[in-house]
Amino acid sequence: MESAAFVRTEMAAARPPPSMDMGPVGWMRQNLFSSWLNSILTILALLGIFFALVSAAPWLIQSSWTATSLNGCREAIAEAYGEGTHGACWAVIRERYLQMFYGFYPRDSYWRPNLALVMLFVALAPVLFTSLPRRMLWFSAVYPFLGLWLLWGGSFWIVISILFGFFVGYAVLTILMRMFGQLAGVVGGALAAVLYWVILTGTVADLLHAVIPLGIEPVESARFGGFMLSTTIGVTGIACSLPIGILLALGRKSDLLIVKSICVGFIEFVRGVPLITLLFVASTLLNIFMPPGTNFDLILRVVIMVTLFSSAYIAEVVRGGLASLPRGQYEAADALGLDYWKSMRLVVLPQALKVSIPGIVSTFIGLFKDTTLVSIIGLLDPLGLANAIRADANWNGIVWELYVFIAALFFVFCFAMSRYSMYLERKLQTGHN
Amino acid sequence: MEAEAVTSKEASSDSIAVQITGMNKWYGSFQVLIDINLTVYEGERIVICGPSGSGKSTLIRCINRLEEHQEGTIIVEGTELSSDLKNIDLIRSEVGMCFQHFNLFPHLSILDNCTLAPIWVRKTPRKEAEETAMYFLEKVKIPEQALKYPGQLSGGQQQRVAIARSLCMKPRIMLFDEPTSALDPEMIKEVLDTMIELAEEGMTMLCVTHEMGFARQVANRVIFMDEGQIVEQNEPEPFFGNPQNDRTKLFLSQILGH
Repeated sequence: MESAAFVRTEMAAARPPPSMDMGPVGWMRQNLFSSWLNSILTILALLGIFFALVSAAPWLIQSSWTATSLNGCREAIAEAYGEGTHGACWAVIRERYLQMFYGFYPRDSYWRPNLALVMLFVALAPVLFTSLPRRMLWFSAVYPFLGLWLLWGGSFWIVISILFGFFVGYAVLTILMRMFGQLAGVVGGALAAVLYWVILTGTVADLLHAVIPLGIEPVESARFGGFMLSTTIGVTGIACSLPIGILLALGRKSDLLIVKSICVGFIEFVRGVPLITLLFVASTLLNIFMPPGTNFDLILRVVIMVTLFSSAYIAEVVRGGLASLPRGQYEAADALGLDYWKSMRLVVLPQALKVSIPGIVSTFIGLFKDTTLVSIIGLLDPLGLANAIRADANWNGIVWELYVFIAALFFVFCFAMSRYSMYLERKLQTGHN
Repeated sequence: MEAEAVTSKEASSDSIAVQITGMNKWYGSFQVLIDINLTVYEGERIVICGPSGSGKSTLIRCINRLEEHQEGTIIVEGTELSSDLKNIDLIRSEVGMCFQHFNLFPHLSILDNCTLAPIWVRKTPRKEAEETAMYFLEKVKIPEQALKYPGQLSGGQQQRVAIARSLCMKPRIMLFDEPTSALDPEMIKEVLDTMIELAEEGMTMLCVTHEMGFARQVANRVIFMDEGQIVEQNEPEPFFGNPQNDRTKLFLSQILGH
């Protein structure tokens, strides 16, 4: 019988793993052919991909890029590839891509949305990537006004006048805070700014414009369309719904009964109603409540509705993140003497938002795709334009090409968002918890 | 029911750090703390022990108002705890606390954990706050970990960081809520050594702990709680050598018995 006693006299050295588990062969053994079932699934999947490619490729490649009508396409394809060949008619994209991008925006002003888009990326960069210089954030803060002014045009003094509203609010805030304390300052400052914007912005801008005319040709909302419209609604909705959603989530977890009830009521109501309904309210009903003669821009109304809609979803996603934090985190922040807003901003939200990133980005992607619903209330987003193009006698009967194009462009945007969220999750990974 | 707190001979002066008078607290209809009277003098080291559910954690959590008491008064460093948020924040910045589960902020580096409160509550300039943080991290013997994240540290190291984080606020009182209960046995010593060092420098400390060796070595006073009440308090020697109350005797025999 073996003795139970054992003493290791020298420590064994570590060896490299068996070669079967390394390199591409090892990778395939582990991931594709690890068991019978896995091997069969691998082969079936490969066959599926193969057949999909084989059946789609000819249609994609045996296509016409030059015709001016659907019939022209068919003839060109029959001529080039033989009678009875089915091929894509990309000519429609070639002819109408500008419309798909810009809608009916004046042709000589295309530089404005283009510049706005380039500036959008510059403004987003420091927000998305923390390694960039923090001073760039100043540009990000001004961009919303600059970008919207570029798109809609008009007097540049409107931008200055709106920005001036922040100074008015800030000035009132500091004065009131010194005299009556923090709460009065915040309320008074906000009130002063809003009053200024509602009553005085236009007048101030007009006065300044009369002295020094400075501006670009205004473009009315009816001429907006295509991906420019989708991006405008989507980006504005995304940018506004995140802060509103976070505030709603905090409100829902608040101890203050009134705040809590308002937030819960808002979230449950908005989530319980289809977006289409809200859009119809925006396009028709709101006019009834407005004083006659007010011209409240349709795109603005749609943006507000889309923002409210997705902020309710964001609120619930963020609430999930808040609930995932252990109570100890709140207690530690309290014990260090941080007040409510500081502990939320510095301790709770960074962690809760990190947990919520996948959900938040899903909501954003959903919002961006939901912007196509505005075609139902008559705005000419890519889908609305597709319908218009199909109604054209030249292109009557075309289906796939337009929607493939639209789908591909939406996919690029949404996939980029998804990849960014994965990058962010990796970057914020600290330790192994 | 118990007499006025035993005054410690070792207390550096007779100025009062914490005074609790006639305090009662309920969770719903269940009373967790019953008629607590306790005076803690500056520089005193007090160990609170007792069976689980005896209200010892709740008691020290009332001192920085992580729990709210319903009756009686708590005066910390001359400021009374009431629902006035300003007083609460003031007291919390004077009272440091270490938790059983460390509660470090996992999204911040060790250094940022230590500088967060000084920068945002005390408005210390960042450079100065970082110097202070490194000073205390050296004191708890982990300056080399400053740029790591809490998730990369062992439990004992995390608890020492938690102590350093509290010390960075230069608190006048430190509360310890079972600081070693979640630690592996080989890490308990490093945390206790840090606490002992702190005690030797004259910090006012209230520790909820089951480490009776620590209590014997550093405490001026040991308080035994059961069923929400202070049952017995005394200096360590008589407390362990000659406990008076039957519950104390039973408790001590159970935890010292093996």
